[in-house]
Amino acid sequence: MAYTEEELKKELETKEYEYGFYTDIESDTLPVGLNEDIVVAISKKKDEPSWMTEWRLEAFKVWKKMEEPEWANVTYQKPDFQAISYYSAPNSKPKYNSLDEVDPELLDTFKKLGISLDEQKKLAGVAVDIVMDSVSVATTFKKTLAEKGIIFCSISEAIKEHPELVKKYIGSVVPQKDNFYAALNSAVFSDGSFCYIPKGVRCPMELSTYFRINQAGTGQFERTLVIADKGSYVSYLEGCTAPSRDENQLHAAVVELIALDDAEIKYSTVQNWFPGDKDGKGGVFNFVTKRGICEKNAKISWTQVETGSAVTWKYPSCILKGDNSIGEFYSIAVTNNYQQADTGTKMVHLGKNTRSTIISKGISAGKSQNSYRGLVQVNSRAKNARNFSQCDSLLMGNECGAHTFPYIEAKNKTAQIEHEATTSKIGEDQIFYCNQRGIETEKAIALIVNGFSKEVLNKLPMEFAVEAQKLLEISLEGSVG
Amino acid sequence: MLKINNLHAGIDDNEILNGINLEVNAGEVHAIMGPNGSGKSTLAAVIAGKEEYEITEGSVVLDGEDLEDQAPEERAHKGIFLSFQYPVEIPGVSVTNFIRTAINETRKAKGLEDMPANQMLKLIREKAELLDIDRKFLSRSLNEGFSGGEKKRNEIFQLAMLEPKLAILDETDSGLDIDALRIVANGVNKLKSKDNAVIVITHYQRLLDYIVPDFVHVLHEGKIVKSGDKELAHELEDKGYDWIKNGATV
Ligand SMILES: Nc1ncnc2c1ncn2[C@@H]1O[C@H](COP(=O)(O)OP(=O)(O)O)[C@@H](O)[C@H]1O
Ligand SMILES: [Mg+2]
Repeated sequence: MAYTEEELKKELETKEYEYGFYTDIESDTLPVGLNEDIVVAISKKKDEPSWMTEWRLEAFKVWKKMEEPEWANVTYQKPDFQAISYYSAPNSKPKYNSLDEVDPELLDTFKKLGISLDEQKKLAGVAVDIVMDSVSVATTFKKTLAEKGIIFCSISEAIKEHPELVKKYIGSVVPQKDNFYAALNSAVFSDGSFCYIPKGVRCPMELSTYFRINQAGTGQFERTLVIADKGSYVSYLEGCTAPSRDENQLHAAVVELIALDDAEIKYSTVQNWFPGDKDGKGGVFNFVTKRGICEKNAKISWTQVETGSAVTWKYPSCILKGDNSIGEFYSIAVTNNYQQADTGTKMVHLGKNTRSTIISKGISAGKSQNSYRGLVQVNSRAKNARNFSQCDSLLMGNECGAHTFPYIEAKNKTAQIEHEATTSKIGEDQIFYCNQRGIETEKAIALIVNGFSKEVLNKLPMEFAVEAQKLLEISLEGSVG
Repeated sequence: MLKINNLHAGIDDNEILNGINLEVNAGEVHAIMGPNGSGKSTLAAVIAGKEEYEITEGSVVLDGEDLEDQAPEERAHKGIFLSFQYPVEIPGVSVTNFIRTAINETRKAKGLEDMPANQMLKLIREKAELLDIDRKFLSRSLNEGFSGGEKKRNEIFQLAMLEPKLAILDETDSGLDIDALRIVANGVNKLKSKDNAVIVITHYQRLLDYIVPDFVHVLHEGKIVKSGDKELAHELEDKGYDWIKNGATV
């Protein structure tokens, strides 16, 4: 690393968060339940063209015939899909008049994360008295991007303004019928983001900070589409380190990445949805489908830090279609208390000389269950495909569980697949050693966990890395007796 | 500075220390010698506050304050440092990052701000030089894959960085070749002052040629059976521990 952690910290402290544009959504809510009329109504409210309405309806038809999957290593009370309202404008009206009305525990966490007061208000849904500079920042930001021909907007806007791109690529990587949650998302997706990088363009900024606020309000069925045209590069950051106490219990997002020839997409996520309380009550169910396709010489890297949600079901995947394409997956998944995570990746090698790397770090504490599930598939045409997988688990205490489910399907004899797995436990001797040097136990655990996760943390863009480190610390607070 | 009074301690009803009395004053160097299993490391751990050991009788007092209810990190903040006989590995945490955290946590406990990065770097460079430690070494994961000698040298590096009031060196000489031994001993000697004290735990008198003790104590079956000046170490070397063992049973 070219910079020191000290410098990073400084930078973060002095960095002011800029606010991106905010999509206006009407504030009315549709009745609960799901049927064709509702799907049509959603599309209509969003003023979508008819092809989009049709596409949603197709998805709905498929979804109706599907069953909720049960193969993951998680147990939960299945949501009643007819008891959910599929269209509401989240957070568009302030929930509170001042910060005094917000849960102090939540505010405490904000403070620990070093989130500014204004931003705390936004995240907690408090009315903001000063109009922040959001409009002008968004304008400058959009102008810089527009000069390079980069399109970065909400998916609703893209459907209207760039129908040719959306039509061509939506569902091309995650088809409507892909799985139960993807089908549901296709039918009812509320909003999300769209990004197009033209040929040969290197996106000059991380598409990130600007979305930080918007993220808190995008609702439960988010849809993201990122297209990197030939020879282009983009780094996209999704999520928010602040704990999002959404009342929506079910989140089913779909993310599709398209990396055309020689393009590179770096997609980083920090997920910190409400994990439920110490007794396992409440918490978000996070069922996400994320997949990218790589054309010739293209590269997609997924980096994720998952600390939130009661139940997580998530497998960011790469289809390595083009020859010489590269797929990477770097993941840290933390579970504490009663959280359950079943996460991993799929690397599908179709092209020749395709390479993939999987580094998964699972940290389990409390009574949680943490599973890695990964599939490496090498098709018959994929000569000289290579994969390296490493899955490390760190356990804290005796009541949690770590599980590894690696699946390998190789149909080409030239494939080289390596899999390494380790399980370790934070030992009393390690803690005592740190204590003896003046480091208290919670800090010692944070240090050990950060060390364990380092390979993945290093893959994150720097400001995210520092936030993610703090987040790991907070997520594991109180996990040692 | 340190006063140990009739200390009895053990684990699960198993008494390991059987009434230790020891007084260490500022400016002194004490050596504790004794055969394997005599309780040297246990004594060090009990002074440092390792919770798995239970004190059944007696006390450990630092600057007039009974340490009984103090957590190991609080004792560290008060200036107790233990150079471990078997230092533990912390994968992914560099030597630099670890010592930086230790220093800043200690400062925090004293109500001080973090040490500025440039000052920290300067200090690290200075102490690394003192102990002939390579730059590359500082970015390696703490104790992971270190040779025995590297581990011990790293302990003394941390000692030099933290500048404790009371340093306890538990078999720091084991695993060190003669050159490394000289460097490490030299480092310890440079850090010595009239305000701090050192307890050197060792099997052999070899280290004591370099770190010269004011007092030598012989530990046997959890008890100090003999105390003297540095000549005692030589005598032990000549006669072997059997001399003590037999003496103790008389
Ligand atoms: N954690 C422990 N559990 C059980 N027995 C222990 C433990 N620590 C030390 N002992 C026992 O106490 C005695 C003294 O050990 P130790 O202090 O390591 O001796 P020394 O350092 O002098 O070689 C030994 O018999 C050892 O087996
Ligand atoms: Mg010992």
